[in-house]
Amino acid sequence: MGSGPGGLQLSYSLSRLGIDHAVISDDPAPGGMFRRWPVFQRMLSWTKPFTGVERHERAYERFDWNSLLADEASNRAVMPALMDGTSYFPSRPEMQKGLETFATQTGIRVRHGTRWESTRQEGDDFVLTTSDGEYRAPVVVFAVGVAQPYRPPIPGLDQVPHYGDFRPVETYKDKRIFIVGKQNSGFEIATGLLPWARQLVLASPSPTKLSVNTHTLVGVRARYVQPYEDAALAGGVVILDTTIEEVKKDGAGYLVRTRNAAGEELSVPADDVIAATGFVTPLRDLPELGVKTFGQSRLPAQTPFWESSTLQGIFFAGTITQGAAGLKKHGIPSNSGAVQGYRYNARVLARHLAETKFGIPATPERLDAAALLPYLLEQVSRGPELWHQRAYLARVINLDRDSGITNEGIVPLQSFLDSAEGDAVAATLESNGQGNPYPVFYVRKDGSVAEHPLAPHPLLDFTGRDYQDELRARLEPVLSRAASPA
Amino acid sequence: MAVRDDVVNTIAAFSLFADLTGPQLEEVAHLFDESFFGQGERILRQGVTGSGFYIILEGTAGIRVDNVDRSVLKAGDYFGEISCLLGEVPVSDIVAETPLRCLVLAATQLEGFLTKHPRIMYRLLQGEARKLKNTTKWLS
Repeated sequence: MGSGPGGLQLSYSLSRLGIDHAVISDDPAPGGMFRRWPVFQRMLSWTKPFTGVERHERAYERFDWNSLLADEASNRAVMPALMDGTSYFPSRPEMQKGLETFATQTGIRVRHGTRWESTRQEGDDFVLTTSDGEYRAPVVVFAVGVAQPYRPPIPGLDQVPHYGDFRPVETYKDKRIFIVGKQNSGFEIATGLLPWARQLVLASPSPTKLSVNTHTLVGVRARYVQPYEDAALAGGVVILDTTIEEVKKDGAGYLVRTRNAAGEELSVPADDVIAATGFVTPLRDLPELGVKTFGQSRLPAQTPFWESSTLQGIFFAGTITQGAAGLKKHGIPSNSGAVQGYRYNARVLARHLAETKFGIPATPERLDAAALLPYLLEQVSRGPELWHQRAYLARVINLDRDSGITNEGIVPLQSFLDSAEGDAVAATLESNGQGNPYPVFYVRKDGSVAEHPLAPHPLLDFTGRDYQDELRARLEPVLSRAASPA
Repeated sequence: MAVRDDVVNTIAAFSLFADLTGPQLEEVAHLFDESFFGQGERILRQGVTGSGFYIILEGTAGIRVDNVDRSVLKAGDYFGEISCLLGEVPVSDIVAETPLRCLVLAATQLEGFLTKHPRIMYRLLQGEARKLKNTTKWLS
């Protein structure tokens, strides 16, 4: 369900595994939310055109956050070829074009204009009632985005436009604008309004975090930091750490009553108020069927393989997969909320569905013992799944006494840590929010797992002699027991 | 902002936050992230780095050391603070015994949070004293 990047990536990956499926979507064409947003028509995720890596190589994906993934070289890296070179952030129309091109080139078939109306369970199947009749399946994957505008229950806030209702920018000329919310959407609007608005006030209870400080996508991105600098230099933008108590009509404008943590009230007059207060997941009747949701975005609670924690057979793809938080080590979330992260989740999910629901077994490739160390260090240095989904997706190698050394592919780290089967090693790249990322190897021996972080490298290359020596020492106890490959 | 009214109402009844005003409770609700764990899911893993400070909103969790169940935590209880305060890995697993809803704060944020809210620090200290008393009693 859904034809944004998450639905498209999953459909592509299912097709490659030979799994019959239907994609239904309410939209008239592929692209999902990128058919409309961001409101200022430029992405927050970059695609670097020149990287020293050929665009058809897997390693290029690390630098291209926007293209969907393909097995065949001709369908990889769709985005850089479409961009006009004025920015390494694609414009919204370029992103939409990229998704449409991928869908066309890879032959993804979507039943567009099909509205999902309701859901019910019949035996082992789910039945979706749609504007195109009923669809019945044992597995349904919802890739419907976190796209339903949300307004917190603040008196009067329901009377003001949401981020999604933003008017043409010139209509805000010489106005005093109050923006409720200090996340990227609030700062995106503030940035776009800097040359238009007379005064900008941004307010929410928590202080603003900046991505350049958190070293993660948590916080306001550098593209939108200008209003923050304006406020810091007392240029006229005001940033408040306050609750919003009430938004009241006041003549042709509004009066916004705020209160800080010390209990002090401040009322701010404004000509326009904009609720940049986020989005929730449009799950329709799924909660009534038993899908538990949590948090402000009402994300469904999920297993490490993106199945509803509370209703078997219901899975998720796309940005909703951020609801499967993984370990969130050092407080750092995965990148599952963004294309560059969830495109890998979709591929892992397709493999998982093939094995667990459609009886298509994985055929792990055997690895030679001599090739193992260089292979693992190459993966942590250049494997795009590990770079984009740090401490979330892992490269897993089984080291079995009977069957030898086998490459099990990409697996959610949480699943590896919580399943106690056989000797194995999982390789991840991780960050602690303070410096460069560093490789971590989790070695499972006799059912218990030991964690071995390696040092960061200033040039982010972990293939050198020191890394080989250390990894060899860490793996020795399990490698010496693994059978020689046939 | 009343974004997370239900969280504010829930934590208002917890002893850890007994001294906070309404706006301070809202600030706490915004500072912490919310997490959900399915029944049987592990939240903390013995020996694995990078965990945080958790406060249970709903459900129960078991403390498990070397695969042996030791104790049960319920709404209002918290865990992970020892590894956050000491900068060391957890010495036990924490496992959701029922579907579990928690607030979570990264270890790196705990010091700043506690020093900004001395009353919460005092309540936490009381909690740690209680745990120490129980352990001492058990040992003797």
